[in-house]
Amino acid sequence: MAGPAHNSVFFGQLKRYYSFYTGGFIAFVVLVGALEMLGVPNKILGYIFLFATILLYAGIGFMSKTADVSEYYVAGRRVPALFNGMATGADWMSAASFIGMAGTLYLSGYDGLAFIMGWTGGYVLVALLLAPYLRKFGQFTIPDFLGARYGGNIPRLIGVLAAILCSFTYVIAQIYGVGLITSRFTGLEFTIGVFVGLAGILVCSFLGGMKAVTWTQVAQYIILIVAYMIPVVWLSVIHTGNPIPQIAAYTSVLPKVSALEQEFNTPDSPKGAAEESVRAIFRARAADAEANLQGLEAGGEDFLIAEKQKLQDRILTLRLADPDDYRTIEAAEKELKDYPATPGAASKLWAATRTSASAKAGHVKPHAEAFAADGKDAAEQEENRTKAKKNFLALIFCLMVGTAALPHILIRFYTTPSVQEARRSVFWSLFFIFLLYVTAPALAILVKFEVYNNLVGSSFASLPAWVSNWAAVDKTLMAITDINRDGLVQLAEITIGGDLIVLATPEIAGLPYVISGLVAAGGLAAALSTADGLLLTIANALSHDVYYKMIDPSAPTSRRLVASKALLLLAAMLAAYVTSLKPGNILFLVGAAFSLAGSAFFPALVLGIFWKRANQLGAVLGMLAGLAVCATYMVMTYPFFGINAPLWWDISPISAGLFGIPAGFIGVVIGTLISPAPSQKIQDFVDHVRYPNLVHPAMAKAHRDEDD
Amino acid sequence: MQLTEKHKQYWRRNQALTAGLLTIWFVATFVVSWFARELNEIIIIGPVGFYMGAQGALIIYVLIIWFYARRMNQLDKTYGVAEEED
Repeated sequence: MAGPAHNSVFFGQLKRYYSFYTGGFIAFVVLVGALEMLGVPNKILGYIFLFATILLYAGIGFMSKTADVSEYYVAGRRVPALFNGMATGADWMSAASFIGMAGTLYLSGYDGLAFIMGWTGGYVLVALLLAPYLRKFGQFTIPDFLGARYGGNIPRLIGVLAAILCSFTYVIAQIYGVGLITSRFTGLEFTIGVFVGLAGILVCSFLGGMKAVTWTQVAQYIILIVAYMIPVVWLSVIHTGNPIPQIAAYTSVLPKVSALEQEFNTPDSPKGAAEESVRAIFRARAADAEANLQGLEAGGEDFLIAEKQKLQDRILTLRLADPDDYRTIEAAEKELKDYPATPGAASKLWAATRTSASAKAGHVKPHAEAFAADGKDAAEQEENRTKAKKNFLALIFCLMVGTAALPHILIRFYTTPSVQEARRSVFWSLFFIFLLYVTAPALAILVKFEVYNNLVGSSFASLPAWVSNWAAVDKTLMAITDINRDGLVQLAEITIGGDLIVLATPEIAGLPYVISGLVAAGGLAAALSTADGLLLTIANALSHDVYYKMIDPSAPTSRRLVASKALLLLAAMLAAYVTSLKPGNILFLVGAAFSLAGSAFFPALVLGIFWKRANQLGAVLGMLAGLAVCATYMVMTYPFFGINAPLWWDISPISAGLFGIPAGFIGVVIGTLISPAPSQKIQDFVDHVRYPNLVHPAMAKAHRDEDD
Repeated sequence: MQLTEKHKQYWRRNQALTAGLLTIWFVATFVVSWFARELNEIIIIGPVGFYMGAQGALIIYVLIIWFYARRMNQLDKTYGVAEEED
């Protein structure tokens, strides 16, 4: 193994390489900016960013190609704490973090903070309960640890299945993000976008496994953090004169946002009166929809036909009364054209209208208000508030425990040179993640101010450029209609999709298109780096744990690597295929992955280190119970599955881990207590993991094998 | 493999440190969030309930991990269980 002197030389080299790289990347952005000034069209700039960055990642992958088992699985265990921190940051921050999070915060205010706290606080559990011990164990995968700690192939096999289940669920969300970004910024079709992105991922992990993925992730972290920060800092300078958005947003912008919210909610103020007139229209629409639904229930198909006839009659009357009022006539004609054909379609449409209209008819929810809730009376409001609070805390809990159980994150701590470096490395990981996560809530506040202060009240004849641009591109991201026809924009007339916030920030801040391209490249880096780590985890669980450890322990190195690469390709293709079917809600997929991982792994891993008595039967029972409870609750309650069983304790299906994780702990404890204590060999193994310098004879042999 | 008294002491200190830091983590996350509405009445930098969720808790997490790494790496040396740098 490399000596300390060699390690510090390596560290110095890395710092130099990545400094050059960062400088080179900035020069590249400036160059593309110059092309923009020369009049190169935006679409071409989008292609340049897309292909240049994917080529770069593939290039790093090519330079890191390796045929060495230890390098392929754990990057040769020589990644310094700082760089492992950056790699973990990129591995961790997905498309959901980069693009979705600020939007979630914009739309749900305080209640969105569950993601911010959950996805950072989990690292406390990683640092204190897992990372140093897993590093001391020092093998290749998480099922490896379960196999060694609990003995036998059953815990390992359950570990493999759980690792594949949660990584696969999560990777679909990432590839979806890749497809979305490539298609939006280059105009490529979604499915083609998915495969182009995938090619970039594969070249990288295919040639160099963990080694290549690590050094690519460091490069991707640098791109994504630069891309996230530039527009936000600039927006903060414009609004407050303060280049530190994380401070300015709270000290000077949030009070202004709160004052505007108050004004919108006061019908006596001019802005409040305008909002109220729009809300009245939405209230009427909601009432209409409600009346229609009731009529449909009573009259069935006849009601539908009668209503359609009424609509046709109304159009005739309108034409006769005032043929010049084309806006009203057009609206009515459109309504007729979209009129539902069957009672089923009608009830679906009207129910959706009722929900969306009543949401718009309500008051503006103050951004900083925690657990805002409505209700017919004070008692019901209080009850809904408690529900919101319970779900908020449950979601934080599941995201945190899930963070400390996702295999693709935990294996990153196998790659540091020592236990001490592993501990430092968790610090650096969270520090680099913190930089983005602490900026997202500030960005949400800044954009909210922009919308409340500048967009609301502006005239429809002269909308800001970013609004009309995005409204033209994608109605789900930005839709704006003059509902009350006063020619001015009211807040209730704007519909914003969460993903818009990050994507449109450069334009809101008045930055050139090159920065928009940079943001897209950042989002792509976030999605690709996470997908990289996840696919590698799946392939390694199959090739190392199933093929090498369980099927053919005498397989030569070369065959193990070939198996791993073949499986990587297979997993990637399968994931891309499933993604191209566009399944379900991305946020739910992500949440599901966390709840599943937490329920399956966390109890068995933590008790394996902190409770010597824990044994094989306990681990098996615990993992199965955790998975079973978590998965059952999701299937029973998530609307997609169509069972819609009543909720336990009002907890929504995304937080199924709230029941699965305790079930896992109970399973481990019961299973352990009804069967004999583990052998002396296993107990020695626990000591080996706990004390950084203790050497376990069997482990020592394993380490020697690895060096051979 | 026989553990010495020193080993046992090291593990107890580690457990105490871990438990203490997890308590801080728990309070900063769950207790503070539980009282977020009440804390929002107080304004320091921003409404305290909101600020803690958006920034305060995160800073505490980073500090917890920083302190743990520093303290444990010291304990390793004090109790002579540090890995030989290889």
